[in-house]
Amino acid sequence: MLKVEQLSVHYGGIHALQGIGLEVPDGAIVSLIGANGAGKSTALRSIVGLVKPSGGSISWNGERLTGLATKDIVSRGVCLVPEGRHVFPNLTVDENLTLGAYSRRDRAGIAADREKVFGFFPRLEERAKQKAGTLSGGEQQMLAVGRALMTRPKILMMDEPSLGLAPLVVKMIFGIVRAINQEGVTVLLIEQNARAALEIADHAYVLETGRITLQGSGKELLAHDGVRRAYLGEADPVA
Amino acid sequence: MTLPLLLQHLANALALGSLYALIAIGYTMVYGILRLINFAHGDVFMLGAYVAFYCVALFLLPWWASFVIAIVVTALMGVLLERVAYRPLRDSPKISVMISAIGASFLIENVAVVLFGGRPKGVAVPDILNVKLTLGAVSVMSVSLVIPICTFALLAVLLWVVGKTRTGMAMRAVSTDLDAARLQAIDVNRIISFTFGSGSLLASFGGILWSYKYPQLNPLMGVMPGLKCFIAAVIGGIGNIQGAVLGGFLLGAIELLTIAFLPTLTGYRDAFAFVLLIVVLLVKPSGLLGSRQVEKV
Repeated sequence: MLKVEQLSVHYGGIHALQGIGLEVPDGAIVSLIGANGAGKSTALRSIVGLVKPSGGSISWNGERLTGLATKDIVSRGVCLVPEGRHVFPNLTVDENLTLGAYSRRDRAGIAADREKVFGFFPRLEERAKQKAGTLSGGEQQMLAVGRALMTRPKILMMDEPSLGLAPLVVKMIFGIVRAINQEGVTVLLIEQNARAALEIADHAYVLETGRITLQGSGKELLAHDGVRRAYLGEADPVA
Repeated sequence: MTLPLLLQHLANALALGSLYALIAIGYTMVYGILRLINFAHGDVFMLGAYVAFYCVALFLLPWWASFVIAIVVTALMGVLLERVAYRPLRDSPKISVMISAIGASFLIENVAVVLFGGRPKGVAVPDILNVKLTLGAVSVMSVSLVIPICTFALLAVLLWVVGKTRTGMAMRAVSTDLDAARLQAIDVNRIISFTFGSGSLLASFGGILWSYKYPQLNPLMGVMPGLKCFIAAVIGGIGNIQGAVLGGFLLGAIELLTIAFLPTLTGYRDAFAFVLLIVVLLVKPSGLLGSRQVEKV
């Protein structure tokens, strides 16, 4: 279980996260929704150690993650697919996947996971020798997810996986998130596409200007008046 | 100009270009990873030559043992330089790191003056590198042939490391996207140390060979080659290893051939590099082999 308590982050004078708490039980899909600038990405980046929190604690199965280096957090199975995909454009698809498994030594397991990723995303196998920079946005997102799976995550955190993608691709990505979850990987999802994020979630939190203002099951929040007004208002149902 | 004379000049240009290439690679590797101009790189080159010199002069070691010890020691010094002068400033503005680089350079030069003395020292060139090879009317010293061979061998090894190994892959990842590299559990600090180590190793290799070709050491011997090789790296497209090598050879060739054909310009030999730099920056600012990354949305 991932447990975040009283997490605070300051960027210079800006108090980006003001003591948020959230829990992600093993095997669950948890969504974090909120407007731009609410602090969603900051929360995920603090969990993997890319941002240094100014207060609070983050623990993973009882072990404190706060203060650990990103590489040590990732090798414990806590993995982030960053916003904007951030594949390595000058490396081939194959090399991107290999780097995902950078901290692993089990050749057989790595080969098996590569097959699994190609099973999820046959397109990546077709383009294995191509530079990642030549892929379309959707393919890059597939690669970013595939690369994350190569770390063999226990919890997969995804930052805006649907951003800027065609509806069909979004649908595919969400389908795969579900499939990954069914294999026992815990998922923590950030989305501006609130409807899709709530429909898939076991539990969800609403983050507003650095504070958690609401939480409940995905279904409850979908039916919540405030959420409907603020986040689902004009949104086209996608999923 | 007669053909044999031209060939002789070409052989010298090839040797000088190879030395420039070895140093330029270090600039380009460090820039590629940290977006930092390591101004102390020319001084690392100087240190390599001195360490080898003292291994022979003080400890009476054979030249090849001194060579090996010197490149290892200098590589470690390069790693240490990054630890003390650059790593603590990793999250500071770029200008702070640059100032630290300039400071490190001055520090090394002046400590070298104190430790090694300001007076030039003569280097004993190993016999095997001091053979005059004559083919018809052309005669060159064996060191001038050994230098390009070493350079191409080292380049081949480096390209293999960067292109084919796990560490090389991680280097390329770190150079394009530091945070994304961290997210793959890559030990970014280790990769940066490795980059400084290998860049310094190549520079010291160049420094020692330099001292065999131009057998005189002084504590400021790294300044001008350092500047020129930085220019070579920029001309080739900074961040690009092949580009740095190309820039190095170009610079060596232009410098020596201009002197060969227009001996009256000999006094301006150091200026050619800068003129070439200005021309390249005006015509192709990203360098000859440099490319701009296009971001896909």
